[in-house]
Amino acid sequence: MLELLAGFIQELREAGLPVSLTENLDAMEAIKHIPLEDREAFKYALAATLVKNNAHWRSFETVFEVYFSLRGKEYLIDQGDDDESSDAAGDAEADDVPMQGQGGAGGRMTNDELAEMLYRALMRGDEAMMRAIARQAVERFAGMEPGRPVGGTYYLYRTLRNLDLDNLFERLMDSARESAPEPLSPLEERLEADEYQHRLDQLKQEVEAEIRRRLVADRGVEAMAKTLRKPLPEDVDFMHASREEMANLRKAIYPLTRRLAVRLARKRRHGRKGPLDFRNTVRHSLSYGGVPAEPKFRFPRPAKPEIMVIADISGSVAAFARFTLHLVYAISSQFSKVRAFVFIDGLDEVTRFFEGVEDITEAVHRVNTEADVVWVDGHSDYGHAFEVFWKEYGKDVGPKTSVMILGDARNNYHSSQSWVIKEIRHKARHVYWLNPEPRSYWDTGDSIVSEYGIHCDGVYECRNLRQLEAFVEKLA
Amino acid sequence: MEPRFESVAAVRQDLADVNYLADEGIAGVVYLADRLQKPVLVEGPAGTGKTQLAKSVAEITGARLIRLQCYEGLDESKALYEWNYKKQLLRIQAERNTDGTWDDIEDDIFSDDFLLTRPLLEAIRAEEPVVLLIDEVDRVEVETEALLLEILSDYQVSIPELGTVAARQIPLVFLTSNNTRELSEALKRRCLFLHIDYPDLEREKEIVLAKVPDVTESLADQVARIVRSIRQLELKKSPSVSETLDWARTLVLLGVEQVDEAQATETINILLKYQTDIAKAIKEFGGDGQAWMKGGPTPSSQKR
Repeated sequence: MLELLAGFIQELREAGLPVSLTENLDAMEAIKHIPLEDREAFKYALAATLVKNNAHWRSFETVFEVYFSLRGKEYLIDQGDDDESSDAAGDAEADDVPMQGQGGAGGRMTNDELAEMLYRALMRGDEAMMRAIARQAVERFAGMEPGRPVGGTYYLYRTLRNLDLDNLFERLMDSARESAPEPLSPLEERLEADEYQHRLDQLKQEVEAEIRRRLVADRGVEAMAKTLRKPLPEDVDFMHASREEMANLRKAIYPLTRRLAVRLARKRRHGRKGPLDFRNTVRHSLSYGGVPAEPKFRFPRPAKPEIMVIADISGSVAAFARFTLHLVYAISSQFSKVRAFVFIDGLDEVTRFFEGVEDITEAVHRVNTEADVVWVDGHSDYGHAFEVFWKEYGKDVGPKTSVMILGDARNNYHSSQSWVIKEIRHKARHVYWLNPEPRSYWDTGDSIVSEYGIHCDGVYECRNLRQLEAFVEKLA
Repeated sequence: MEPRFESVAAVRQDLADVNYLADEGIAGVVYLADRLQKPVLVEGPAGTGKTQLAKSVAEITGARLIRLQCYEGLDESKALYEWNYKKQLLRIQAERNTDGTWDDIEDDIFSDDFLLTRPLLEAIRAEEPVVLLIDEVDRVEVETEALLLEILSDYQVSIPELGTVAARQIPLVFLTSNNTRELSEALKRRCLFLHIDYPDLEREKEIVLAKVPDVTESLADQVARIVRSIRQLELKKSPSVSETLDWARTLVLLGVEQVDEAQATETINILLKYQTDIAKAIKEFGGDGQAWMKGGPTPSSQKR
């Protein structure tokens, strides 16, 4: 047990969770007080002592599932060969589900019968039944072979495609509509839909868990944990985030901005005193007989920078630009003025989309659809975009302005026009360049980031939330 | 010391008896906190019952609840202890006419009689069982957090003039946080961590049933389901459990048996507090029922 736990904690650390030695000891202590056969309690005991940040919960859960999925009575699966396994799965099903007759014959049912059973299980929200069917479906459709070097997602995809969940959802909705005494109102319809969607999600999770269990049995714990290892939310790369990770990032960004705003405001309030106020000091020294015993300081004048964001929104970096706009606007109360420009090969000011809008997501959506950013062919042309910027808005850049340029500087071999950046820097307080590409890719291919970079006050790699957060804090 | 709870299930049952419906995780952590004698750091969105958990635990263990509300600028003299300067001055003046030595007076004015206890010290010195609640610990500055460390790990307070005051009994300590900033590693390491999220459908329904008098089963079910659907939208502020309860109470007062669109629209301002959120929810649920099929996350677009 001790060894297993040590391996488990090692894996958590590998996944990026900060687990200290004391926490490790606490975990050992905690599980002494928990009946080991209670899987849920065991899990919570470990979580309470090892995971101290809710954003890390998912990573923890994955590792936990991998390490402890094979240990538990109801999770026993056959270790036998492939041809036997269908019967064994059928038996396992019989244990779970009070329908021995059918359960034993589970392996021999036709696909249509299985679909019908699934439909009924979903209809009633019968969880035990759903679990059994998920198991059966994986057995049947995933086509898993021991030792085959394919990721779990491939099996998941195969299984779900065969179950045809969309169709199933439609059927469930239809029957809900029929069974209601009168036509469903929109509200009721929505509620029904959410309910079924929830059940379908449960089913998906069951299928996923089942596939994982089988893979662990096949490949061993360590190997599996390694393949399943996912970056923590703050380390997810903007450029390569999956759809699900994107959704998580979007959720993470709001609390992040709130935290940042609080921190910035606090920093301002507790900032050091202003410069020495000579006049005032002398005035007060009179009460000490001319000895300047009590130095007086001016009130600090907090710098409230004006910010101009110039963002590349061409396909390659769009996701990144969107996040940065989100972030800058969400904490715009910390800056005296924020103006936003977007470009591909033309450039347009989009500040107006953000004004008086409470819902930033919608504003960003409008930026993407309405802004006039295409000049010739819709491939990034930094040079032309900067020229337009200088011509139209260059006069607005002043000594209080900080200019942030977001983009990968992949210029499609157009001319760079880097003199614009040089000019901007002369007039502006700071010019920063944020590049969402890994540093090692810079200046490869058509990327000319250092050509612009020499004119900037700083060029930062900005690939994940952690780096973005660090940058914004520096800015204010 | 005697453990306060028999098992996880017992914690859960006890909490249910005082109308706090805990899930497995919450009960498990409370149980462990007692057994390991460690503080619990409770985190989660506003209005999910973090503070209530501490109150309920105090109630079931029959302990006194000592509460320290944190705010920016909280310091030692308000959290731990303070010397009663006025009384000390009086003492010195009263002494002037007698011929006590300086040492006598010094020993005298830095003694227990002149100490004003603040919540943390009070919890340590209490004879009877106490539950200490340190509320919204994320509001104090990082530096002030250090004040808490000694008490959290060793259950003692060091007062330079008096020495170390060790706890007479180990209190159950709950810290709550709304996560407006990252707490320091040192603090987190000393605590068990518990994240309380919005409850799932079943639990929310049970909470409504338990907390709202005269609510019918079907209404509670409907309320819980509507709230779940609303929470799936991307809102500025999702409805909390307490808002769900308020809503359910309102519906009961209005004599509603079955919620339909009109009633939901009229009373939705109890659930949602931002105008944009309200507009969004009404757009999603009322009027054009097919709207969400086309916009929003449809089941088919969620498919991998």
